[in-house]
Amino acid sequence: MRIGIAVRMTLVLTLLTGIVYPIAMVATAHLLFPRQADGSLVERNGEVVGSSLIGQNFTSPRYFHGRPSAAGDKGYDATNSGGSNLAPTNKALIDAVKARVRALRESDPALNHDPIPVDLVTTSGSGLDPAITPAAAAVQVPRVARARGLSEATVRALVAAHTSGRTLGLLGEPAVNVLELNLALDALSSPAQTAAR
Amino acid sequence: MLNAIIQVGLFTLIVTVVSVPLGLYMARVFRREPTFLDVVLRPLERLVYRVCGVHENTEQDWIEYTIAMLLFSAVGMLLLYVLERLQFYLPLNPQGFGAVAPDLAFNTAASFTTNTNWQAYAGESTMSYFTQMAGLAFHNFVSAAAGIAVAIAVIRGFVRRSAKTIGNFWVDLTRATLWVLLPISIVLTLVLVWQGVPDNFNTYTHVKTLEGAEQVIAQGPVASQESIKELGTNGGGFFNANSAHPYENPTPLSNLIEMVAIFAIGAALTHTFGAMAGDRRQGWALFAAMALLFLMGAAIAIRAEQRGNPQFTRLGIDQHASATQSGGNMEGKEVRFGIVNSALWATVTTDTSCGAVNAMHDSFTPLGGLVPLVNMQIGEIIFGGVGSGLYGMLVMAVLSVFIAGLMVGRTPEYLGKKIEGREMKLAMLFILIFPAVILVPAGIAMVTKAGLAGISNPGPHGFSQVLYAYTEASANNGSAFAGLNANTPFYNVTLAFVMLFGRFLMKVPVLALAGSLVAKKSIPPSAGTFPTNGLIFVLLLVGVIIIVAALTFFPADALGPIVEHLALATGRLY
Repeated sequence: MRIGIAVRMTLVLTLLTGIVYPIAMVATAHLLFPRQADGSLVERNGEVVGSSLIGQNFTSPRYFHGRPSAAGDKGYDATNSGGSNLAPTNKALIDAVKARVRALRESDPALNHDPIPVDLVTTSGSGLDPAITPAAAAVQVPRVARARGLSEATVRALVAAHTSGRTLGLLGEPAVNVLELNLALDALSSPAQTAAR
Repeated sequence: MLNAIIQVGLFTLIVTVVSVPLGLYMARVFRREPTFLDVVLRPLERLVYRVCGVHENTEQDWIEYTIAMLLFSAVGMLLLYVLERLQFYLPLNPQGFGAVAPDLAFNTAASFTTNTNWQAYAGESTMSYFTQMAGLAFHNFVSAAAGIAVAIAVIRGFVRRSAKTIGNFWVDLTRATLWVLLPISIVLTLVLVWQGVPDNFNTYTHVKTLEGAEQVIAQGPVASQESIKELGTNGGGFFNANSAHPYENPTPLSNLIEMVAIFAIGAALTHTFGAMAGDRRQGWALFAAMALLFLMGAAIAIRAEQRGNPQFTRLGIDQHASATQSGGNMEGKEVRFGIVNSALWATVTTDTSCGAVNAMHDSFTPLGGLVPLVNMQIGEIIFGGVGSGLYGMLVMAVLSVFIAGLMVGRTPEYLGKKIEGREMKLAMLFILIFPAVILVPAGIAMVTKAGLAGISNPGPHGFSQVLYAYTEASANNGSAFAGLNANTPFYNVTLAFVMLFGRFLMKVPVLALAGSLVAKKSIPPSAGTFPTNGLIFVLLLVGVIIIVAALTFFPADALGPIVEHLALATGRLY
């Protein structure tokens, strides 16, 4: 008798909360916010180049670089999210950070004497962090400007345009969306590139 | 500093403001008084009872109530195990994931049934959409609803006089699901989608990145699960990175909303308690004690993380907070949340039994990581898991009036009920089972090969990983020092049992306590009655909570985070 109630209750509530509710939500979400419901994908020339919420690997000096990533073997694996989970006293963490600092200074001698913003040499929690801090963008401006033959002022203005402050001036932290910034850079450079060819 | 005060202050204010109407609403729901949702929900409720054979006007004594709760949990756990094992043959599996391994399936079934939502797997590479919905999201609802039901039954034990019954489990379960969890989840889901949380059944998206590489982006019905995951203090992430994943928690606003959802029901239940007891100040006293403990933890965690890692400074890294960066220990944290919202979230998720994370606790500084650990060791009664927080706090209140009674030499009373030998034995059983199921298995793990094999960080932090795992399992939290390689038969099986013990071995004594109290007469307050709705009681309660937790867990914590803190300060690495 009691077990009968337990079984029927489980089935009824599974149907309601596990099947009807999520399907109804997916349908309503697509009705109200179709872009977000499908993952905020970004297109360029009709091709999907990423999601504005998901970071991707950037290694070329012509692009702003995101944070180091512990997601997957090569980083920014969006089927394998996660952090390094290295403890602050773990030698492996300190060695990895040391190597990243060295690589940064080698790639851009201008950085030799400046302190490096911490987010640029540490991995994020998700391994997919789409953003860097304005400080981490600022130290990359000279390199990107040089690689693209743009003035630093132009690049700096572009960074400022893609910096979001705290929400309502209160919540969270200022951030620069790396993918959106790099798309804007490409859009800025492409007429010049065409002319050069 | 100012930034931290503003963000924590705003969050606390919103929780306080939301908790009062929600608490009073829940009091109406569980007294079965009319509400504005009855037009839609009453017919649905009647249908559920008709299909299931529930007599909604029949009440149960504590033993029948307990049996119903246990049976329901057992059936749900079995169903989830079967779904995981058979997911390959079931619909909505676009990635074609195979059956979940038996030990992992058992661990996950125990985990979601107990509201722990510990995850020894990565969601996006293990579970089909159908398993996530029908298996996991279902448990997100009903494990939370069962927690609320037990809390309401315990409240009835305190406030009813000379009665036998403490309610009907099936009715409480159904009403908690239909009137509380489902409507709020629907609204939350849509708000989260608006902020960018996806909700679809698409196959994973293949994109060509700007540099020409291929990136595969996992998708799924995320938002509908995200909302109940926070609201029901479940915490099991759709993705491995949990609420650090930009698809689960894309913006500072979604972060704030999710944190409020984690605290909302736990905070509101204090007011439900006050309303049902007929003295709202009784509820406010518990709320105040919880808020005090919450703010202390948040302050310590934020300060520790903001100070950063002294090793980094030596490498020429800038960890100072400024207008252009949050600074601090950013390893394992997201830029959009920075230090304040990561440390605040870590506090919130372990004050409650949520266990969702928006930053990796394993990479926190030793003191920053000690705060979540201690929050759980206190028993997650700081607003707490939905339901379990309130009844845990009521047990501590009983202990506090007992201690106050000893000081003045009078029989202690709480809400007019005499607290006598039987009640104290049950309360102490509740308090002692908890550390026993943490410290004994953690000790075993530290002296067995299979246990030691899971440790990923050397030195004292390795012990912290193991201690954290059994603490969260017993406390039904589900957050982790996630470097621990826990997807092994040893950890899957031991942690599953710890979760089951931590949930059900503690619910039974607390329901027995309710059964014992409900039969008692109420005695009118006299000059010698210790008032339990004032500031002195709040401070006594906070003191008792801290002393009990410290006496129980300080030796273990000293071997882990505290040693590591001293090592970090002197520059020692492992």
